[in-house]
Amino acid sequence: MPRLGADARHRVRFELNGRSVEADAEPRTLLTDFLRHDLGMTGTHVGCEHGVCGACTVQIDGMPARACLTLAVQADGAKIRTVEGLAPASGRLSVLQEAFRRHHALQCGFCTAGILMSLDYYLRQHPDPAEAELREYLGGHLCRCTGYTPILTAALDAAGKLRETAADA
Amino acid sequence: MKPARFDYVRAGTLAEAHGALSHGGDEARILAGGQSLVPMLSMRVARPTVLIDIMHLPDLAKIEVKDDAVRVGAGVRQAALLAWPELAERQPLLAAALPWVGHAQTRSRGTVCGSIAHADPSAEIPLTLLALKGVVELSSHRNRRRVAAEEFFKGLMSTARKDDELIEAVEIPCSNAGDGYAFREFARRHGDFAIVACAAVARKNGVRLAIGGVTDCPTARDFPDIEGDALDDALDRFASDLDAHDDLHATADYRRALVRRLGRATIEEARRCRA
Repeated sequence: MPRLGADARHRVRFELNGRSVEADAEPRTLLTDFLRHDLGMTGTHVGCEHGVCGACTVQIDGMPARACLTLAVQADGAKIRTVEGLAPASGRLSVLQEAFRRHHALQCGFCTAGILMSLDYYLRQHPDPAEAELREYLGGHLCRCTGYTPILTAALDAAGKLRETAADA
Repeated sequence: MKPARFDYVRAGTLAEAHGALSHGGDEARILAGGQSLVPMLSMRVARPTVLIDIMHLPDLAKIEVKDDAVRVGAGVRQAALLAWPELAERQPLLAAALPWVGHAQTRSRGTVCGSIAHADPSAEIPLTLLALKGVVELSSHRNRRRVAAEEFFKGLMSTARKDDELIEAVEIPCSNAGDGYAFREFARRHGDFAIVACAAVARKNGVRLAIGGVTDCPTARDFPDIEGDALDDALDRFASDLDAHDDLHATADYRRALVRRLGRATIEEARRCRA
């Protein structure tokens, strides 16, 4: 039974965006801070730090989850995906990211990384989402700039484009 | 907003979890999904010196049907129960209430038993457990016992669990043929804590209504099969008997009004669902 002492730092290893990463963390280190400070992945934002705002949403073992409600040591051995893993290649954007840009679905961008990680999962589960369901799902995120309408438009547009791509394939 | 220091123990067996809990006493806390505990750590409302992670025990991550009850182990995440194909058929009230628990982004990690252990006064899972007269299975290094939901919730985030006990599973009775079930909630935003949440079970000759969000812990009352003014009067008495208080989100008066209106709507919906 591994017991990690409070005052020491312990090796944490997981798969991040398809790549093995490792660094040391105290038991109390949150996954948000581990990603940003120890792994240098600052795309995941820290908002309320108690699970309400959704800015820090990442994917843990394929499911959207709050990085601020997860300890780094809990993520040991998991598969983590962050906003840095969305774009297919450097200098390109994913279909969803492109739709966000086209529809002005962000202004300051603080909430965007979390919303993208949530929607990326949701659109894979629900390729043809109803607007009402999307609204409820987006209830897990706060955006103080857009009023949400452009975010919904972008998500619905991206869903349509992803369906076309799937049909062509 | 960073947790204070604590040791982290990854239990490999239930006996190890019991041992660490017994050794840690009231300084130890069980860590499952962490969706309630981690914010409490960050806000330093809770300052345990040791956390015992029980999410690496495959035996605890099971959903089983046993003796006409759905037995949900301590490692079962809310999203896993919601995705269980038999859920709506086995217990429609649970299927109706679960989508109101937090957000999809917290249900992916949060556990069913964790919500019961946390016992937030406005939480949907404790409310549902009480409405359905479920049972909490507690275990420790020295014994195991079963506690009825009505005996389990003692007050504001306080339960019948002893310091060295952990919730190993909860048993939620399966639906009875012919009974009707309904769940309703009022909150500012879907996924926020309920201002008032109602769960109703309509039987042949009566209805049970459980209310969350109004007082320190969920409260249930059984009513005979009354309608019209008699039902309004009974709900009015129920609302007055609850020790509602004012807070940032709503006044006590407002909460009582919601108990009458939302309570009635929930009862009527449960009756309509009664076969």
